[in-house]
Amino acid sequence: MNTAAPKKPSTEVVKEASMLKQKVMIDENFTRLSTSNEDGRKVVSTFVPGNLNELLMCFDLDRNFPEINALQNGMRKKSGRLIMEAERNGQSEDVCTYVKSDLGMIEQGNIGPTGEKLPDPDVLLLSYTGCFTFMKWFELVREKYDCETIMLHVPYQADGSITQNMRDYVVKQLKDDVIPTLERVSGVKFDIDRLRGYLRQSQQAEDDLVWILQSAKNKPSPIDAFFGGVYYIGPIFTAFRGTEAATEYYQTLRGEIEQRLADGLGPVTPEGDFGKEKFRLVVEGTPNYTNFREFWKMLYDEGAVVVASSYTKVGGVYDLGFRHDPDNPLESLADYCLGCYTNLSLPARIKMLTNYIEDYQADGLLVNSVKSCNSFSAGQLLMLREIEKRTGKPGAFIETDLVDPRYFSAANVKNRLESYFQMLEQKNATQAA
Amino acid sequence: MTVQEIVDRCQALFDDLDFNAVKDWKAANPGAKAIGYLPIYVPREIIHAAGMLPVGIFGGGDQLEVIHGDAYYQSYICRIPRSTIELGLTGRLDSLDGMLFPSICDVIRNLSGMWQLLFKDKYVKYFDVPQTYKDDIGGAFYIHEMQTLREDLGKLAGREITDEDLQNSIAVYNENRRVINEVYQLRAKQPWQVPTSEIYLLLRAGMVLPVEEHTQLLRDYLAAAGAEERPRRDNCRVVVNGVFCEQPPLGLIKSLEMAGCYVVDDDFLLITRWLIDDVPTTGDPMDNLSKAFLHHSAATSAKFEPDKADKGKFLINQVRNSGAEGVIFAAPSFCDPALLDRPMLQEALNRDDIPYTAFKYAENTGQMQAIREQAGTFADSIKLWSA
Repeated sequence: MNTAAPKKPSTEVVKEASMLKQKVMIDENFTRLSTSNEDGRKVVSTFVPGNLNELLMCFDLDRNFPEINALQNGMRKKSGRLIMEAERNGQSEDVCTYVKSDLGMIEQGNIGPTGEKLPDPDVLLLSYTGCFTFMKWFELVREKYDCETIMLHVPYQADGSITQNMRDYVVKQLKDDVIPTLERVSGVKFDIDRLRGYLRQSQQAEDDLVWILQSAKNKPSPIDAFFGGVYYIGPIFTAFRGTEAATEYYQTLRGEIEQRLADGLGPVTPEGDFGKEKFRLVVEGTPNYTNFREFWKMLYDEGAVVVASSYTKVGGVYDLGFRHDPDNPLESLADYCLGCYTNLSLPARIKMLTNYIEDYQADGLLVNSVKSCNSFSAGQLLMLREIEKRTGKPGAFIETDLVDPRYFSAANVKNRLESYFQMLEQKNATQAA
Repeated sequence: MTVQEIVDRCQALFDDLDFNAVKDWKAANPGAKAIGYLPIYVPREIIHAAGMLPVGIFGGGDQLEVIHGDAYYQSYICRIPRSTIELGLTGRLDSLDGMLFPSICDVIRNLSGMWQLLFKDKYVKYFDVPQTYKDDIGGAFYIHEMQTLREDLGKLAGREITDEDLQNSIAVYNENRRVINEVYQLRAKQPWQVPTSEIYLLLRAGMVLPVEEHTQLLRDYLAAAGAEERPRRDNCRVVVNGVFCEQPPLGLIKSLEMAGCYVVDDDFLLITRWLIDDVPTTGDPMDNLSKAFLHHSAATSAKFEPDKADKGKFLINQVRNSGAEGVIFAAPSFCDPALLDRPMLQEALNRDDIPYTAFKYAENTGQMQAIREQAGTFADSIKLWSA
């Protein structure tokens, strides 16, 4: 057990080709957004869960994701002052810090995480999937701009399945509200064959993503499916799903992981190869972005690898079989929106995580509960208990936040993780004996 | 009955966390079922039409010691779900045969799943409502949701719920709302005659009593309140906003009044006034309930406002129609809908030069001094400096 005081992660980060490719994609998108207004390209702001990226590309819209801006600001240590700016302007200290980071950024001139200006949106597409706060978020953003807002209401899968009524409701909104408004805002007529083409691209990337995530069933796991997983889901959950660039990214990434598997290697960490795998964990909840690498290091220093996580399903639960379907484009967009992780009932989430623990041969469940996201957090303590009961595997519960640095207490998190790993070590030793 | 007798009865119902009124009703109606619901809105007409008792569950208030419930929630989550779990785990809700969790926020939404896991022998439904308001889109979805509830409750009741049943229930609830609106109008006109602490208890009584009995109780109150002369104070007139889910302790409402504020409109127990107009009692009842929801219902933080220009308009109309001089925003701690809505509503009030103040509470807030001082200062500022 490593009992040394928490060390700052090394400043020199090890990156593979896929990481560099993704960095270029993200940077290019921010640069493109910085000139959208002056170049006359229309801009849509929308959310990650249930996003309609393929559809939005049919209208030549530049896509801006406020959640991504917030988390990127968190990773770059910029979110703290933005949140306080929003609080100075009347936002409560109690509410979601993603929202406050975004509002604070807008108040301070809307300079994005890369230092480039973000555009004024022409339309806000409120894809209301799995989070009530989204609704208030875009009502608040709407106050700042003179633009249209489209509400796409996605019903909650309370009973664990998508009913025809739910699907019909979403499809009808797409046909009667979303598409006509996007046509009007963009001046581009909707072409369903163009949509089918993008969905075909999505399918290929989705197949590769599932292979990548499921590679963690191997021992040792060649990936970290939470901290590393955040990078793996980047393109497919945001502005790139449906593009050739995303398809190529996932092919490149898959190739790298195939090589790691062949070499019997563990995941790549920011400080290089992982080393010996001691603990395999399933993680429920979101990352903390303000201290992302510090948090990750607390795990890999102890030989703990995350083999499956719920966070990598917030933009689509592909490993349970869903794929975008070019033959049923609108219906499959509806199913996509309806099927995102936080739109699932608590019993469905418990079942999924229980299966992960068994299928990925995990030693336990780690819950990172964040103050900002009630959609994730409300009920997690019951989930923990229920999953422990069903699997017999011990769980650990830590509390941080998404992008508010005031809620990340490194010493507390480390203490709790160390106690947890000691328990796992003892348990594993007892079982081995 | 005198005002005091009525208020005493309502207070006893309010204080009874064992829901004996529900048990009494079930004893008097053998075989009949009781269905609980959480804030803000469910169409109680459907429950009533099934011959069942709709029971409003509004948390545990400030008298319930939460022991088990705290083990289910992190410190940054509001109080109503933990006290509701406490009520359930301590057997206080055993008289309920089912629970409805309306679409209001992520916490209540997830509580529906927790209820499925913790109370496997009960009927549990997350009741989704549309956030789009066209009849052929949101309306079609909503009618289907209501139809599912109608069929589920029909199965539970062992009989089909007919259109006639629904029309009769719609009429009964129309009448209840009409009388509640009369009470509210009287309060707006003569707030010294009908204090909000009494009206609140009257409305809470409607959460556990059969609607017909509640309507009669309201009528009795109106008659009794009109017969008594009460001293008129030089208070300011305020609308209270943000109290639509987790309820403030009764002491908080009394503190506002003691601090010099007459509450002349509010969003307490909004289910009692959610539908603004009468629902037609002829024609397709589901269609009528849907249209009432889509086109004639209250604005609140849990509903999407499609038109930016209309944001805050409902609150401003409440201020104008009740002759209020200001708004008190009282939101439960960690209530995302109320707290995120508040800056937008405040901005709308700013544009109309309507003064406001704001604070947070929890259902078990015990210390009222700070709130009384804040409300008193607000009342003084209105009295001294408003034109």
